[in-house]
Amino acid sequence: MRKLSRLSRFNIASLAMGLAFLYLPIIILVIYSFNASRLVTVWGGWSLRWYHEFFNDRAMIEAAWMSLRVAVSSATIATLLGTLTAVALSRGEAFRGRTLFSGMLYAPLVMPEVITGLSLLLLFVALNAERGFWTVTIAHTTLTMCFVAVVVQSRLGSLDRSLEEAAMDLGCNPLRAFLAVTLPLIAPAIVAGWMLAFTLSLDDLVIASFTTGPGSATLPIRIYSEVRLGVKPEINAICTLVIGLIAVIIVIASLASKLSSSQGESAAPL
Amino acid sequence: MSGRRIFARPARFAAIAPYVWMVLFFLVPFGFVLKISLSQTAIAQPPYEPLFDPTAGWEALKAAFAALSIDNFKLLASDDLYVFAYVRSLTVAATATALLLLIGYPIAYGMARLPRRWQAVAMVLVIVPFWTSFLIRIYAWINILQHDGLLNQILLALHLVSRPVVWLSTDTAMYIGIVYSYLPFMILPLYATLAKMEPVLEEAASDLGAPPWQVFWLVTFPLSLPGVGAGVLLCFIPIVGEFVIPDLLAGSNSLMIGQTLWLEFFTNKDWPVASAAAIVLLVVLLVPLLLYERLQKRQLEQGR
Repeated sequence: MRKLSRLSRFNIASLAMGLAFLYLPIIILVIYSFNASRLVTVWGGWSLRWYHEFFNDRAMIEAAWMSLRVAVSSATIATLLGTLTAVALSRGEAFRGRTLFSGMLYAPLVMPEVITGLSLLLLFVALNAERGFWTVTIAHTTLTMCFVAVVVQSRLGSLDRSLEEAAMDLGCNPLRAFLAVTLPLIAPAIVAGWMLAFTLSLDDLVIASFTTGPGSATLPIRIYSEVRLGVKPEINAICTLVIGLIAVIIVIASLASKLSSSQGESAAPL
Repeated sequence: MSGRRIFARPARFAAIAPYVWMVLFFLVPFGFVLKISLSQTAIAQPPYEPLFDPTAGWEALKAAFAALSIDNFKLLASDDLYVFAYVRSLTVAATATALLLLIGYPIAYGMARLPRRWQAVAMVLVIVPFWTSFLIRIYAWINILQHDGLLNQILLALHLVSRPVVWLSTDTAMYIGIVYSYLPFMILPLYATLAKMEPVLEEAASDLGAPPWQVFWLVTFPLSLPGVGAGVLLCFIPIVGEFVIPDLLAGSNSLMIGQTLWLEFFTNKDWPVASAAAIVLLVVLLVPLLLYERLQKRQLEQGR
């Protein structure tokens, strides 16, 4: 147990405090969503009152529906484009503009959202596009495909190339080798990428605020305008529902990455 | 057959669709931001002029070009509001990044020293909050920090304070929010480098008589610098342009540049000034952005 003895008391304390710091606020939020009292700070017993309130709030439900539709469509397009990108960057030979391509790809990962949002809006205005579902979907696709590309690319990088070579030596053409050998191997990373894109889209406030039009608010936009007015128990309930949905997604994604790590190195740390 | 060339040609074609997409929706939009930052505000739809109308003929286009000016940038440089906003954004981002490094490093270090099995669990535990909505996490803190929130209740119950402390709308609240939201971005790259480090190096140093702090400063920390660099860039760049956290947690007497941009755009409907502010922000962030790209590229593409 040499490894264990390297763990000092300081290490354990900092780990425990770090995790407590990360989780306590979320746990408190979830607990208070079941509070019967209207005052967020007074505990009035357990109740589902605020969930009931949410399901009767038409505007909120509509926003949630809009968010879900945007998240599913943008995650799907982003996964397709992101996977193509990853394949091109990790398997393709050099092509003209490759540096520009990878530059455009990594920049959105850290680019302040106000810049991305504003620039896309100005494009949509210049194109005279009607703002709403499609403009938000395109904006989210542009952001999330970069995350998908990074996840899939790191999986492709850790893949044993001799499998692809063997398939080609045995007479497969490149496309067939890719579909029969590579694709199944990177499938877990693609699934994880879709999940990540989905949650990022569901989460986004800034880019959606810029690119949406009147009458088509997403859930974060509605939550934000409510939160600005103060804490409301109904918001706690909505947040708990979103956390629940994301928890389900994390379980699926971790199952997928378990599948992936049993076949080799684990996927990206995202 | 070299492994490198496998799929080479077909894989090139795979780049076409995403390439076109990124040029159209990432690169071209910056052209519009630049153009509108050189325009004037107008009470019209869209709220700026001149408009470029290719159908209006060459003369009209020339006139439109002549109407472009750098007035908005002059305004940004001369108005204290904007200058302060840029300075404040950079100060807040630098302070927050330093705090993140101070808090994140011990956590990442602790993770790297866990037995292998537990490392994977710890990593999942750190990633999970990153998947939880940003806005929800900030909202969670409003719950805790408000006037009669949990923090004040605990402090009062412990008799540490006699009256509720004002937490919301202060810089303290904003820093708590930023550190809370960005902590996983700091921990993960640090952990990645620390976990790869050979434990024998530290053991050798301590066998040769170095006290623990010297082992850390002379061996561990220098070896973890790539992770430190990645973590710092991953946090610093987006924090400079941060909007949601300062808007919901900090006071409204001093704004960050993300907030002024938002305000100009949504409240004042001054698109040209908002665009100019975005261009300046982009220029300020250009060097860290390029550094980050090089790092990311080296990390993902070295295995080719």
